[in-house]
Amino acid sequence: MKPEYKIITNMINEKSRVLDVGCNDGTLMEFLKKNKNVDIRGIEISKEKVQVCISKGLTVIEGNAEFDLKQFPNDSFDYVVLGQTLQAFINPEIVIKELLRVGKKAIVTIPNFGHWKVRLNLLTKGTMPVTKTLPNEWYNTPNIHMCTIKDFFKFSETINFKIFKSLALVNNSVSNINNSNLFIKNLYSELGIFLIEK
Amino acid sequence: MNIKENIKTIVIKKPLKLDCGQIINNFPLAYETYGYLNEKKDNAILVCHALTGDQFVTGINPITKKDGWWSYAVGPNKSIDTNKYFVICANVIGGCMGSFGPSHINQETKKIYGTDFPVITINDIVNAQVNLLDHFGITKLFSVVGGSMGGMQVLQFVSNFPEKTKTAIPIACTSSHSAQNIAFNELGRQAITADHNWLDGKYLSNNNVPDKGLAVARMAAHITYLSKKGLQEKFGRNLQERDDLKFGFDADFQIESYLRYQGSVFVDRFDANSYLYITRAMDYFDLIKQFNGNLSNAFKDTKAKFFVISFTSDWLYPTQENKEIVIALNAIGADVGFVEIESDKGHDSFLLDVPDFLKALKNFLDKSYIE
Repeated sequence: MKPEYKIITNMINEKSRVLDVGCNDGTLMEFLKKNKNVDIRGIEISKEKVQVCISKGLTVIEGNAEFDLKQFPNDSFDYVVLGQTLQAFINPEIVIKELLRVGKKAIVTIPNFGHWKVRLNLLTKGTMPVTKTLPNEWYNTPNIHMCTIKDFFKFSETINFKIFKSLALVNNSVSNINNSNLFIKNLYSELGIFLIEK
Repeated sequence: MNIKENIKTIVIKKPLKLDCGQIINNFPLAYETYGYLNEKKDNAILVCHALTGDQFVTGINPITKKDGWWSYAVGPNKSIDTNKYFVICANVIGGCMGSFGPSHINQETKKIYGTDFPVITINDIVNAQVNLLDHFGITKLFSVVGGSMGGMQVLQFVSNFPEKTKTAIPIACTSSHSAQNIAFNELGRQAITADHNWLDGKYLSNNNVPDKGLAVARMAAHITYLSKKGLQEKFGRNLQERDDLKFGFDADFQIESYLRYQGSVFVDRFDANSYLYITRAMDYFDLIKQFNGNLSNAFKDTKAKFFVISFTSDWLYPTQENKEIVIALNAIGADVGFVEIESDKGHDSFLLDVPDFLKALKNFLDKSYIE
């Protein structure tokens, strides 16, 4: 179980309605169902992953979050979860707005491009960074819109959404991010986890 | 055709008001079942057949002596596992496998109905077959399943009887028959009525069959059930039992021979007037219009869990039309899953050995059953 999933689960209230965008093989969905008794749906782009979810008895729609969130009415979920895929969308701004339209709250996690290893990698090697959390080469990465934790904070001001909770994850340890420690958290966190609201 | 002895039938006494305004009663509904109904009566699955299907879903069809039309999906240990579930399938009214249809005798005139048979709709078909639930004492089905026209019946069934099923699986279908769908059906009907043996629909009382017209209708329809890629891979430009072109109009190509064969076997098992009536029922199907332009309203009273399935190479009922059903369901927060199955086999994919499809169907049913 990814530590990230436990953190997400802690953010979600019992028995709420949840949409997992890019639900992959349904691991988080199953975990949430079991631990928080939620009414949960998933969207997944890969046919193989959808099949895995069906075999687990999960309600999943094959689709592309960039286009298929449209079908959900406003506020139809208490939480919409987007795990480590914001950077893969053609237009992350529209996706965030859609998440916050469909969900009363959204939980977004991002691989932090501001992590010191990434920075050092680029500084010393002069090539696009390849790390544990970002294992692809520049030419085959699905991540076309990488950002840092600091970028995400700026993003929230520009397109006007509220960050309710922001957590930094590094080597399985979790800590809060705030304005005073942002510089350091942006340097040392592998992953940022945000609970946001419009 | 002496088919009576192999066909189970209930007589529906309750009057049924058809969409055309006519009322029918005391009419036969032919059906078949597979597996056993459990004590709690919660393991029943209603399977709805497509245009040219019948109630003989699996095993050997006692009339045609061929495999049932959904033998890949239904049977012991298969996707719709008859060791676990009690499968019911009715021949649609308007059909020709024992249910009330145009080849029956009109008790008032003592003549075969022919085109005096009332025009029926998908709604009428569903309202007739729901009587089977009462017959078996089933208050709630575990599932209602069907592909193509069978899928339309699934949608109509859930809309008409929102409480009568736990799950619903519309496959390769639409909520509203498109202009293209109607066009192909009209081509088939024109082929039948243009056959001089059709005799304004009175061919049976004249011991005649418009077999040429019906065969052409089947050939044209058959093309729409396959994909271009599938046809190309299976037949290409291969020649039929000859080394070279014959510069004539015999079946030079394998595809021609194949279609002719499909047409010729079809006329032995299907009634031309039934073909007219059932294609009409499909053309009239428009659940969106029935609910004044808002498909979601068709499903607003149901708690059924839906699973919508489409196929990549199905151009007759393409993914987009299946997705519209998903969208309508999501708009009202219904429980709906959806998958598009990769297959080169066109619309017919749901009838064939397509492992990803069969696996998804099985997993959905088995997981939903234990919930």
